[in-house]
Amino acid sequence: MVKNKPIPVKVNLTPKEIRMVRKLLGREPTYVEWGMFDIMWSEHCSYKSSKPILKKLPTSSPKVLVGPGYDSGIVDVGDGMAVAFKVESHNHPSAIEPYNGAATGIGGIVRDILATGARPILLIDPLRFGKLETGRTKWLFRYVVKGIGDYGNCIGVPTVAGEVEFDESFETNCLVNVACYGLVRKDKIFLARFDKPGDILVLIGGATGRDGIHGVTFASKTISEESEEDRPAVQIGDPFTKKLLIEAVLEVLETGYVDGVKDLGGGGLTCTTSEMAAKGGTGVEIILDNLHVREEGMNPYELMLSESQERMLLAVNPEGLSKVLGVLEKYEIPYSIIGKVTDSGKLIVKFKDEIVASIPPKYLAEAPTIKRKAKKPLNLEKLWRIKKPKEPKNFSEILYKLVSTPNIACKEWVYQQYDHEVGVRTILKPGDSDAAVLRIIETGKAIAVKADCNSRHSYLDPFNGGAGALAEASRNVVCVGAEPLAYTDCCNFGNPEKPEVFWQFKRGVEGLAYMSRKLRIPCVGGNVSFYNEDSESKIAVKPSLVVVILGLIENLDGLVTAAHDCSKGGLAIALALMAIKGKLGVKVDLSKIPTSKPIRMDELLFSESHSRIILTTSTKENAKQILKIANKKGAPANLVGKVTDDDNFTLTFDGRKIVECSVTQMERFWKETIPKALEVR
Amino acid sequence: MKVAVIQFPGSNCDLDVVHVLRNILNIPTDLVWHKFFQNKIYDAAILPGGFSYGDYLRSGAIASHSPAMEEVKKMAEDGKPVLGICNGFQILIEAGLLPGALLPNDCLKFVCKWVILKCETSRTAFTCLIPEGKILYMPVAHKEGRYFNLEEDLKSIWKEQQVVFRYVDENGNPTLEANPNGSIQNIASVCNKEGNVVGLMPHPERASEKILSPYKNSDGLLLFESMINYLKR
Repeated sequence: MVKNKPIPVKVNLTPKEIRMVRKLLGREPTYVEWGMFDIMWSEHCSYKSSKPILKKLPTSSPKVLVGPGYDSGIVDVGDGMAVAFKVESHNHPSAIEPYNGAATGIGGIVRDILATGARPILLIDPLRFGKLETGRTKWLFRYVVKGIGDYGNCIGVPTVAGEVEFDESFETNCLVNVACYGLVRKDKIFLARFDKPGDILVLIGGATGRDGIHGVTFASKTISEESEEDRPAVQIGDPFTKKLLIEAVLEVLETGYVDGVKDLGGGGLTCTTSEMAAKGGTGVEIILDNLHVREEGMNPYELMLSESQERMLLAVNPEGLSKVLGVLEKYEIPYSIIGKVTDSGKLIVKFKDEIVASIPPKYLAEAPTIKRKAKKPLNLEKLWRIKKPKEPKNFSEILYKLVSTPNIACKEWVYQQYDHEVGVRTILKPGDSDAAVLRIIETGKAIAVKADCNSRHSYLDPFNGGAGALAEASRNVVCVGAEPLAYTDCCNFGNPEKPEVFWQFKRGVEGLAYMSRKLRIPCVGGNVSFYNEDSESKIAVKPSLVVVILGLIENLDGLVTAAHDCSKGGLAIALALMAIKGKLGVKVDLSKIPTSKPIRMDELLFSESHSRIILTTSTKENAKQILKIANKKGAPANLVGKVTDDDNFTLTFDGRKIVECSVTQMERFWKETIPKALEVR
Repeated sequence: MKVAVIQFPGSNCDLDVVHVLRNILNIPTDLVWHKFFQNKIYDAAILPGGFSYGDYLRSGAIASHSPAMEEVKKMAEDGKPVLGICNGFQILIEAGLLPGALLPNDCLKFVCKWVILKCETSRTAFTCLIPEGKILYMPVAHKEGRYFNLEEDLKSIWKEQQVVFRYVDENGNPTLEANPNGSIQNIASVCNKEGNVVGLMPHPERASEKILSPYKNSDGLLLFESMINYLKR
């Protein structure tokens, strides 16, 4: 028996995968090829653990133009226009280097949207950190927000919504998710594939350097002390080049000579070329000597795996090459002609006149899936049986305390650092409502967008947590008058090799799929981030299945003057926030609140039961009409109180005063929490 | 009448200004790449907001050396209206067309929020339709917008009526709370001696349609309407 040669480079493949690679190629791979398989078969690029589970999500509707499998989902918003949107996680880099980790997260997601031919029009950032009191959290929070702001503001894409959640499980592994939406004419959508042999490959944008090499395999490990040594795996962002890249790519696509376009993100040139060729059923030939580089002496392994930022790959019709290059020269975008699309069915990489890799692209793009074990965590039953705390007495005091907790407190400190107005589309701005609303100037309609997740719900009950995330996100866009059209999800979990973690993931997705079918809202894409776990304490993050939603508003007026859903902190907090934002008083009789069974006062006030919305309207007649409509639809509803022109927040039960707070006092507590924790005095 | 919106590498409010001029006011408008800008073809020029050259070195510093700025200077000398918004204001200051300096905000952070402005003079090309003392609502979005000038020069710009807008509260008072960035004397906007070149940190193009304003007005439009009025005179 011939013994296999030792693998010349470090790979994270399992012994079984190593055997498969050898069998597929029928020979000993070169070190470059080992690197390419290693990166493409990593969890981050291949979704090898999650794919079988994600298949459960419904993905189609008449409005879905492009579903999962491509860079971003694309949805019809009428009048010949479409919205492309996608979410991604940048958790691991942000936990090591918050500023550049978060910034390059934005950079990557914007390139994904751009690759569909869409102009990026908005960003959303769901963030999760440890307890706000710790130094580490303050450092991460401050620099993640700064990274997002500096990058997003510079490229002129408004950051219009997001979430910030604080919980001790995110202390080591903060979660930085970034979503981007773009607008594109339906007949101008680009798909990331190489269809035409003979097309010239032009690599544009940032020069290739050694930064980010193995960023992907790093994202598929848990964070440890050694991760500090992984710092070179965090890329450095350059928003100025990105802004030029956006304008140049959009102008280049207008020429009609570009047949395929894709960004270079995780997995670098390897991922982009193999995926595009696999989708188009074509081949590729690359000459690595032609790349414009930042550093001398890079070897082919490094060139194929580098994750240097701000790069995109174009497949250009040779007839229009000079026109395309002319646009790049106008914007002073560096570029190099690196090869061509072929009909060989192989990805061939050459360096110094030698073939260093020759692999059928689908071997790389279609990694073998792994069937993971799922097991319900033992402690869950115990958690469900925890005894209720004693009912508190002074609810006014509790309400003041609740509005000051970091998870509920005002996030103005965050969104004032983001330019949320650029683009002149933002009608409802951060902090205004349950969702952000941006107009589509081209059609006179508007879209509503929001991201939602309640990691505590998910921790206690992943199925209902996953279902609840979609329920809440759709409620939020409904509250601004939009019809939910589609969503994309970002799954943030611990180590999937642990059956308990995989069970959380599986149940979460099943819950999401259930709600998705019930509400008839399809999933058009998603992202999975595993290994969000502290290597020392072995504590995984609370399962965080974030839903990022798209709603469409056809018509901007209605019966309702304000609408707000009950989520964190329940009914009392929902009412309090409406009073604070409206700078008006509220008088509500709690005995009028529809309940399924008699419940305790603290439950009535603070229960986070789903599917509840508070509406205000200007006349009694309107109110009657609203109740009539609710009745017809079978939704429990009641007239519970009124808005008053004073500073009093009063909740009674059958005439008995339960809560009596001052709106201005609540506002002060609500507003000061986050700046107080972060500002240096 | 033809207006140029000059696009520098890194400008990002260029299309927003073009939208307001073309779609709201129906003014023939060209979006002009900075290298191709020629003063004689246009009646007015607008330098939009953004991060020209990534704000490297200092906001506006590199763009102020663009060949386009020689053309803008000629335009200013000819008395044609020139408006610099946000980064455009920074460029005009760096190019020496407007007095003073714009420093990093006192909070050291980017600030995006709606502010209240008071018009201090109606004599400029961009405020000739705005009565002195009028209150306007517009958003700011910048990291380096703290206006600064030396005491003597401040005296001189007041004397020459070169202060165009100040940050104020609802009652028109230039209070500390109303000042988003620590600008000296709450100054948000200045003009040249002649009044045809104006720079301001707030974004009038983001406040030119009621639907975008939390105050349901279109105060920003007044600046562009003033420009049209000025050109027709």
